Amino acid sequence: MTDIPLTAADRRSARSELGRRRMTAFLFVAPLLLFLLFTFAAPIGTMLVRGFYHPTVSTLIPDSLKALKAWDRTGLPPAETQAIFAADLKRLADERLSGKMAEELNRVVPGSSSLVKSTARKIARAEDSEIAASGAALLAAADEKWTDPEVWRGIITSGNTFTADYFLTAMDLERSPAGGIMPRDGARIYVDLFIKTLKMALIITIATLILGYPLAHYLATAPAKTANLLMVFVLLPFWTSLLVRTTAWIALLQTNGVVNSFLMGAGITRSPFEMLYTEFSTIVAMTHILLPFMILPLYSVMKGIDPSYMRAALSMGARPLPAFFRVYLPMTLPGLSAGALLVFIISVGYYITPALVGGTKGQMISNIIAFHMQQSNNWELAAALGTMLLVVILLLYWVYDRFVGAGNIKFG
Amino acid sequence: MPLDRSDVFLRFDNVKKSYDQKTLVVKDFSLDVAEGEFLTLLGPSGSGKSTVLMMLAGFESVTSGDISISGKSITRTAPYKRNIGMVFQNYALFPHMTIAENLAYPLQVRKMTRSDIQDRVGEYLNLVELHGFRGRYPGQLSGGQRQRVALARALIFEPSLILMDEPLGALDKKLREQMQYEITRLHEKLGFTVVYVTHDQTEALSMSTRIAVFNDGVVQQCAPPAELYEKPSNAFVADFIGENNFVNGHVDTIADGMAKITLPEGGTITAVAAHGLAANTRCRISVRPEKLYMQDDRGAHDNQVSVRHVTHYYVGDFIRYYFKLQGGGDINIKFLNDSAAPDLKEGDIASLVWFAKDCIAFPA
Ligand SMILES: Nc1ncnc2c1ncn2[C@@H]1O[C@H](COP(=O)(O)OP(=O)(O)O)[C@@H](O)[C@H]1O
Ligand SMILES: [Mg+2]
Repeated sequence: MTDIPLTAADRRSARSELGRRRMTAFLFVAPLLLFLLFTFAAPIGTMLVRGFYHPTVSTLIPDSLKALKAWDRTGLPPAETQAIFAADLKRLADERLSGKMAEELNRVVPGSSSLVKSTARKIARAEDSEIAASGAALLAAADEKWTDPEVWRGIITSGNTFTADYFLTAMDLERSPAGGIMPRDGARIYVDLFIKTLKMALIITIATLILGYPLAHYLATAPAKTANLLMVFVLLPFWTSLLVRTTAWIALLQTNGVVNSFLMGAGITRSPFEMLYTEFSTIVAMTHILLPFMILPLYSVMKGIDPSYMRAALSMGARPLPAFFRVYLPMTLPGLSAGALLVFIISVGYYITPALVGGTKGQMISNIIAFHMQQSNNWELAAALGTMLLVVILLLYWVYDRFVGAGNIKFG
Repeated sequence: MPLDRSDVFLRFDNVKKSYDQKTLVVKDFSLDVAEGEFLTLLGPSGSGKSTVLMMLAGFESVTSGDISISGKSITRTAPYKRNIGMVFQNYALFPHMTIAENLAYPLQVRKMTRSDIQDRVGEYLNLVELHGFRGRYPGQLSGGQRQRVALARALIFEPSLILMDEPLGALDKKLREQMQYEITRLHEKLGFTVVYVTHDQTEALSMSTRIAVFNDGVVQQCAPPAELYEKPSNAFVADFIGENNFVNGHVDTIADGMAKITLPEGGTITAVAAHGLAANTRCRISVRPEKLYMQDDRGAHDNQVSVRHVTHYYVGDFIRYYFKLQGGGDINIKFLNDSAAPDLKEGDIASLVWFAKDCIAFPA
């Protein structure tokens, strides 16, 4: 076929037709796009920013921070600068914001909380003119810690609008007095929890795979009537509330629960097993809940594999098991990787089930994130942990794409 | 054409198959196949051809009866121990393996050395004229090329028996004819035994050494193509193979295998008496459209009827005329498109003639 050149008028009409089609297509997706922007993109963006962005101190003592910028950070800041800080402190005390300042500085210079609070109380009694004239002396008189340059450097650090400190905390690191980075004192909390979360997600993925693969195969090859009935059982978990299913596990696994009563009744054990509020209970309950996510993609891929492939392999003399590994398994890889990826990613970020049946031992990273948001009120740390979770998942996806190829995934 | 006992390579002995324990899909299937034969199972869709093949390959159990190869029963042998090559309608090439890997697979399973595998794969790629394609994946080949790879893969481990279940069903007409030739060529060259399944009679007639016409789970007739076409043993075969006109009649006498028959309108004709035909009964006479002539182009003939022209169609290489017999009943003839084709109008009366040996009378 040779190309016949279009006339200018033809080309114009073809172009306007194309433009109209694009416009219509855009109008179709616009509502969803808008919805996603407000409910998905914006919140995630806020979370990403919040982990770094921390403007509290810079709004509390803007004048002091501006003055401290001129200081060379050796010895003590100039007396005028100290006086400006003293004035800021008096204003904070008047506005009842000194507690907030104390909390912020304490995070950078441990033990400085009472220093800020008591000094603010004393300074509040002084006259403005007195502070302007001899602010530095007043501070030194209130507490001799103000003659320690470390405290002043801490104020500058706490005044940074952008900080990596929450990410350091999230990775169990902290700043050394010399300004470097070093492991935080005490037990590692977050890194261990990340590792534990990934390990549990891996176990859950493998468990759903072991349970789901044979079933999906059976569903895909069984006569339509049997397959449809069994499919209802597979989908049944989707039709019952997550909370109901999770509480059912509590009833099963608790010390006086169904499983223990059975084991003791059958004489298998004398004292009940501690199953609830452990890693084990989280894994069991989540395997149950996430099983359909493994079965459905597997089923849809297996459904499309003609039995003739395995038959061909057998006719060529391959035994059933080797034929399965060499022929059938590779053909199911798209469904297998889709299912595994789905289950793994969902379980890494799972919250409700570990919260209800996991107790402290079965906790996962999302439970700690929720804790920082709801109880310790440290949204910045929660945001940093959440960002790291997102990065870990994207990293895993990247690795997967590198080695298996994301184009291989088939969700249905 | 029953075979000598000593010639039998593959034998089906009263094989029956039921999927649901209620109805028999294959009823009493018995057939002997000699070494090197190209035997085709031909029958309408749903007649149980694939089921027979699946039992032979070992993918379906045999409900009763026995299948044996070289005198040894294989009824209970696992499929992977039967050493039977198979070509599937969808080719069943492993999509994640290259052409060379596909061909190498049965050899790897047999633990051949790498260099032997290399050589053999090359040899068979040459055989099906696909040497340049060893590194490609099945998805990158055309239908005909995939078919050839599937063929080579079924042959490469040198099984004594090759099964093919409608292997050309997915190809267009041109390619199908080409592949028919290809398969026949390989069969003649390598001398393996083939059991071939198709519902396409042209394919069956042009490729097979023998054809078993299969219907309702029973073999209706098993014979070489020409015999099947010229001497169908019952009305189903006469109707199923090629085209046929069927006319009702009454048998007056039978002598020397020839029957004298009275037609409803009164005329008498002579026909070959099929097995089981008795005098003084009703019968169905079959005569093929290409064996009928109009009066004026053949002098010598045995039978003649007078007919009324209904319509005719121009087909290309021939013209088909439709007539009505005076006593009812339709009849059509094929007239070669060689400029002598008569120009008939609706209602014109013509006279059709044919030889007694070209028509068969079956019991009605
Ligand atoms: N796996 C099966 N289970 C139940 N019935 C089957 C199965 N395979 C084939 N049949 C039935 O057996 C009959 C013969 O089928 P088949 O051997 O495939 O015929 P063909 O190959 O001649 O078209 C059909 O009626 C079909 O519905
Ligand atoms: Mg079939």
